[in-house]
Amino acid sequence: MGEFSMTNETYILGIETSCDETAVAIVKNGTEVISNVVASQIDSHKRFGGVVPEIASRHHVEQITVVLEEALTESGLNWEDIHAITVTEGPGLVGALLIGVNAAKAISFAKQKPLVGVHHIAGHIYANRLEQEFDFPLLALIVSGGHTELVLMKEHGSYEVIGETRDDAAGEAYDKVARMLELPYPGGPQIDRLASEGEVTIDFPRAWLEEDSYDFSFSGLKSAVINKIHNAKQRGETLKNEDIAASFQASVVDVLSTKTLKAAKQYNVKQVIVAGGVAANNGLRTVLKEKFSSTNIPLLIPPLHLCTDNAAMIAAAGTIAYEKGARSGLDLNGNPSLLLK
Amino acid sequence: MYILAIDTSNQVLGVAIMKNDELVGEVITNVAKNHSVRLMPAIDRLMNEVNMTPDQIEKIVVAKGPGSYTGVRIGLTTAKTLAWTLNIPIVGVSSLEVLAYQGRFFESYICPFFDARRGLVFTGLYKWKENKLQLVGEECNMLFEEWLDTLVNKNEKVLFLSPDMNKHYEMIKAKLGDLAIIPENMYQIAKPSHLALAGSHYEAEDTHALAPNYLRLAEAEDKWLKAQKGKSKNA
Ligand SMILES: [Zn+2]
Repeated sequence: MGEFSMTNETYILGIETSCDETAVAIVKNGTEVISNVVASQIDSHKRFGGVVPEIASRHHVEQITVVLEEALTESGLNWEDIHAITVTEGPGLVGALLIGVNAAKAISFAKQKPLVGVHHIAGHIYANRLEQEFDFPLLALIVSGGHTELVLMKEHGSYEVIGETRDDAAGEAYDKVARMLELPYPGGPQIDRLASEGEVTIDFPRAWLEEDSYDFSFSGLKSAVINKIHNAKQRGETLKNEDIAASFQASVVDVLSTKTLKAAKQYNVKQVIVAGGVAANNGLRTVLKEKFSSTNIPLLIPPLHLCTDNAAMIAAAGTIAYEKGARSGLDLNGNPSLLLK
Repeated sequence: MYILAIDTSNQVLGVAIMKNDELVGEVITNVAKNHSVRLMPAIDRLMNEVNMTPDQIEKIVVAKGPGSYTGVRIGLTTAKTLAWTLNIPIVGVSSLEVLAYQGRFFESYICPFFDARRGLVFTGLYKWKENKLQLVGEECNMLFEEWLDTLVNKNEKVLFLSPDMNKHYEMIKAKLGDLAIIPENMYQIAKPSHLALAGSHYEAEDTHALAPNYLRLAEAEDKWLKAQKGKSKNA
């Protein structure tokens, strides 16, 4: 009795500490959020104008058991109900990753549960499966502070990176331009807001790269924005911040959406997924929706709380890995430059 | 009562299991290798060796620093999560205190320290009184040279204990001469069994609130606070 459950339900616990959010969640069958707790450190990093790795790690170690307890209590489940412990193995800030990884290993050991390391980007993609079932092949556009990638998936748990940034991530460019405009941290949402109030008056460059490439590059655009602001200052001209933001955003969004549409058509995908923190950007959402409305390819953009870092997405991606038989040992380590495979 | 003790706060990786007042098993290495990779397997192996299962652990004791920030956090995260998951009490012990246990039979001052770069050390001063190890004055992070000057003024023998002894031996001898007692290397290294013993004397702490003993602000925070002070002076 008790050993064999009559249901085929799988409850997976996920832990995510790759940057500045301490997050724990429990997901059922890879598709249903049972609990999802995120302790954000954004206020602690604001005064430094960006995430300070040492401070992030200090917060994680103070928060981790608090967040674990909240997620377990909120779920109403017991350890006996949980099938496996999944955790972000990388990429991310190494000191931050270590907190989640070591917490996950401690639970796995204490409760003798299987342990599965998860790629952070796989998590961002699977955030969408908490809203809608996947249809393969699918294309995922991941845009965040650390990532700009196009990933092709032919089946669950299989990831082929067909394009990625060669220099800055899109989110990084947002942060740098925001700093130039002296906007408070985090800069992305601030630029998005300003852009909606401005006009595209400046023709900033678009880095298309080679004809057949799905790679991205944003460092040239970033330099162009900086030069434009400097030159205007020297000539005593005033540019409207709203217009700079709108013009900058237009360039980023144009490249992202054009390449995504082209790849979606070339690979004949049945779904396009947008994931990562920048998926919360209104400018990007609007243009993508416009471009895909003339195709019959469904576009999935998760709700805001699933775009930013959370652990439900890790548990969702981890469920697939767990079901495919992936297991990590007690020697699992945080890997800041883990590749998506 | 079974106690599991964990120390990854400095280069030494140590795990010990104590039953009531007796040592059951102890693992210790003193090599520059990754604590994150090795800690949990070390615990797992030792538990296997002594035929114990995780649910038999009744108390966790962890070395909470000072030391390597990352090392301290690996130990603390593992210890806190084990304590919370198994629903058992936890105690954090200063890594300096653990090291000071190596001076169990020394009758004068004991000075454990860890190198903290740029001439600084994490240190404290201890003494055995009535069979108890007592901290005499606060633990601190200060210039070793200044610290040694205050020790010279006591004009008593001091036992120096540190895994970073090689780097500081000359200066200690120059400042304290024969007042400085410096034992062999194996006495300079914290033992997890001493950690278990130290922890057995302490009451349980709030698992969630247990935090590292960094003895120092994060660099960014330190700079920020200095900048704020500068601003208010100029204002
Ligand atoms: Zn992310």
